[in-house]
Amino acid sequence: MHSERASPWLKIAAFAGLAFLHLPILLIFVYAFTTEDRSYQWPPPGLTLKWFAVTWNRPDVWAALGLSVKVAAVSTLIALILGTFCAAAVSRARFFGREAISLLVILPIALPGIITGIALRSAFSLGDVPFSTLTIVLGHATFCIVVVYNNAVARFRRLSGSLIEASADLGATGFQTFRHVILPNIATALLAGGMLAFALSFDEVIVTTFTAGQQQTLPIWMLEELVRPRQRPVTNVVAMVVVLVTFLPILGAYYLTRSGTDIAGGGK
Amino acid sequence: MQPVAKTGIGDRLSGLLWRYPRLLLIVLLVPPLLWLGVIYIGALAALLVQSFFSIDEFSGLIDYHLTLKTYGELLRPANFDIILRTTLMATAVTLAAAVIAFPVAYYAARHAKGHMKAFFYLGVMLPLWSSYLVKVYAWKLILAKEGILSWAVDGIGASAALNAVLALPVIGGGSLSVSYIGTFLVFLYIWLPYMILPVQAALERVPSNLLEASGDLGASPRQTLRHVILPLALPGIIAGSIFTFSLTLGDYIIPQIIGSSRLFIGQAVYSHQGTAGNIPLAAAFAVVPIVIMGFYLWAAKRRGAFDAL
Repeated sequence: MHSERASPWLKIAAFAGLAFLHLPILLIFVYAFTTEDRSYQWPPPGLTLKWFAVTWNRPDVWAALGLSVKVAAVSTLIALILGTFCAAAVSRARFFGREAISLLVILPIALPGIITGIALRSAFSLGDVPFSTLTIVLGHATFCIVVVYNNAVARFRRLSGSLIEASADLGATGFQTFRHVILPNIATALLAGGMLAFALSFDEVIVTTFTAGQQQTLPIWMLEELVRPRQRPVTNVVAMVVVLVTFLPILGAYYLTRSGTDIAGGGK
Repeated sequence: MQPVAKTGIGDRLSGLLWRYPRLLLIVLLVPPLLWLGVIYIGALAALLVQSFFSIDEFSGLIDYHLTLKTYGELLRPANFDIILRTTLMATAVTLAAAVIAFPVAYYAARHAKGHMKAFFYLGVMLPLWSSYLVKVYAWKLILAKEGILSWAVDGIGASAALNAVLALPVIGGGSLSVSYIGTFLVFLYIWLPYMILPVQAALERVPSNLLEASGDLGASPRQTLRHVILPLALPGIIAGSIFTFSLTLGDYIIPQIIGSSRLFIGQAVYSHQGTAGNIPLAAAFAVVPIVIMGFYLWAAKRRGAFDAL
């Protein structure tokens, strides 16, 4: 029971910590409306909506956004299939090397991104694979598997084996069992895992800088603006939109999985 | 339902898989293992092998004979400084993250209920998942000379204090955005949620009757914190430190955008494989965080940190 009373200092420290996490993001929302376009001047000299129109008419932003969505969608699909397979196998049976498989799945995200990145890059150049959208997807899918896996494995553990046996006893084939018994039980976990994988891929920059050729995903576009700021107002607007867009899958994944003990997102 | 005549190939297949669960297991495991094994482990192995090659200083071509020469180069003062600097930064970020994370995690785990609990959960989760680059960008706005932090410091009349801090050797610099302090703040901000979550998970598992017993036996809240709560939260803190430490070791974007021009390991890897074309040295640099994290994980496992993940 939570019988102890929180001391005021604890409360202040806790809320100050949360404020520290949120104020910088809120600042982005203010800067998207500033009239200043040559510096990061605070407070903004005036507020305007015109940068939204300017950004809307920028083909390079749209192209980068399009590529990011495409890469994230394909990577998520691959991660969904591979992650679910892996989770099904690991949760169904105990076998030699089971621990090693969990480790293998987690490794791409446990090791710093730069290692995954340079490892993939040197492997691609050793194998003479040209850098393209395909190589970006190969990298993204590799580290997206773990989020799907984490969500699916938690759900599979709760899925009682007797349900599957009952289905078979009642004459269902394996595929019918999968379609009518297993899938409805794991669907929300997969959806949550898929959304998180999408968010992870959509935002990824470190591995992408190593596996992309001339292609620009939205994070790569932003990185160039960060290193050499050329269009500050457009960057401000893009940053705000990216924050809003990534909040949606996170909130969605949270509401899909909050009923269970396993909550999505903890394993980023 | 009538008994189905098992004639279709799909039916026969599903029957086969049902009768031989091992076969199903293999069917399930082969695609992900093939993917991770070939693409990921293959790439890591390629990286490891290249770190044993060396580069010919005159021609700039890669010499494919196995040698430890490239690793020897890591010990040159310029390169060793990079390793030391990165490790010190990772340590400082980890310690600061633990201090800030603890009250947040403690409040969320033991005091927040109902809506407040969800508020804290999402309050940590949303910054964790929002775009990494946007967060770095936000700090570029905050730390800029004309930005909000200078404005606020000026507003409370503390400009002299800020300038005094910036005048300090090593950690200071022309402005916050080109100093180690700036780099440190951004690292701390970006990786803080990774510390809060495991600490919170560890604290949630502390049985409250232990705390009551401690109080009944006459311990002051401070003593309970020191002798009961902290030891039980330690595995969570170590688990969180794995993230903060590893992520700081491998990051190359934050020090490139916010900080002095002195390199971190990630930047060294990036520049050696890119413009310099010295893949062996880049690979050797990349092995450093792997080795450091290997030792770290081994030590963490001994303290039981993995149960708190």
